[in-house]
Amino acid sequence: MVKKRLIPCLDVRDGRTVKGVQFEGLRDAGDPVALAARYAREGADELVFLDITATNQRRKPLTELVREVARVLDIPFTVGGGIGTVADVEALLLSGADKVSINSAALARPAFVADLARRFGSQCIVVAVDARRVADEWQVMTRAGTVPTGREAVAWCREAAGLGAGELLLTSMSHDGTKSGFALDLTRAVSDAVPVPVIASGGAGQPADFTDVFLAGGADAALAASIFHFNETAIPTLKAYLHAAGIPMRQ
Amino acid sequence: MEIAVVDYRGGNVQSVLFALERLGASATLTADPETLRKADKVLFPGEGEAASAMDALRMAGLDVVLPTLTQPFLGICLGMQLLGQHSEENDTTMLGLLPFNVQRFVPDASHKVPHMGWNNLQALTGPLFAGLTDADHVYFVHSYYAPVGEYTTAQAAHPAPFSAAVQRGNFHGVQFHTEKSGAVGTRILANFLSL
Repeated sequence: MVKKRLIPCLDVRDGRTVKGVQFEGLRDAGDPVALAARYAREGADELVFLDITATNQRRKPLTELVREVARVLDIPFTVGGGIGTVADVEALLLSGADKVSINSAALARPAFVADLARRFGSQCIVVAVDARRVADEWQVMTRAGTVPTGREAVAWCREAAGLGAGELLLTSMSHDGTKSGFALDLTRAVSDAVPVPVIASGGAGQPADFTDVFLAGGADAALAASIFHFNETAIPTLKAYLHAAGIPMRQ
Repeated sequence: MEIAVVDYRGGNVQSVLFALERLGASATLTADPETLRKADKVLFPGEGEAASAMDALRMAGLDVVLPTLTQPFLGICLGMQLLGQHSEENDTTMLGLLPFNVQRFVPDASHKVPHMGWNNLQALTGPLFAGLTDADHVYFVHSYYAPVGEYTTAQAAHPAPFSAAVQRGNFHGVQFHTEKSGAVGTRILANFLSL
């Protein structure tokens, strides 16, 4: 059977890995290529690189960094941040990225997702959704979480999967960096609504948070940053814990 | 050793080239029939959609060249599926080197499509899997699959068993990504290079 995945996320700004709380207050977390190699050695199932300044400053994604990472990495990795054209996607895939993550451009032009899926295949098109809880509703945010879109998260996820996204990267901005656990209700609602795999993101703090997001949340993969970057939880320890809790993991 | 990687502007070839580089092997990315015929090994990575991949192969004349190759040949992912007869993906006629028809997975509540992630291999046979066991995991990402048949050299399940690897004569295919399957994938790639 296919196993649940643990995915360290490397938020990259100006060539360094950084990490903030609810998208702000960034701390330096090291060289992304060295971190990527370390995570692969430790048993990470996949990696995600997000160029977190790209959309707002309209800088091109870092194809050179992608090449350096692809050269050393023997596990799959996804690259996101500021991707807005077919040429952007082609350049990243040709540099060695396995998947690309589209966020603001998908919201601005949903047909872009369909176009990418047709050209490159759904298997390499991830739609990233940043959601924020407002009263009883999960609102989709755009432009690195700075602008509300007026869309409801589950409906947008269903639409994105229908357009050809092969996977969804679902981040709760309300939980991001808080280490208080994942947004289980949101993850479960999206996972039940779409036929494609869902990566849950935002809020990982304790090993039990991962058990919850796989069992209660129904996530196919869980993404985290701080707990891995700052050596709070080692990947092999976390995998052994999850395996003992009855969750199928690759060890 | 001369290794040729088939260039038909369809797949993510860079990952395969880097994986070969990590093994200390140098490879040539080529669509030239003579270079392909002379190579000691041929790798055929594939990603994307079946019909456009077959169109690209025909445009390059490779639909005629590839079936005539006699050295060890490894199709990866869509590159494996293209070795079959037919695919449900846009009703596509494939190269016809192996007797299987490619079908689409049907998702259910606990089995998402694409089948994406690490899955363990079962019922391993043949030289590609020397040194590996049923406990070993490899990385898959695909929505279509080849059923199990007499050509199957490894299986995986999602939830029913399907062909994780196939072989007929010199033509080998793996549904998973050897180049992205960590140490296990590296071993399989090294096993292929030593055929």
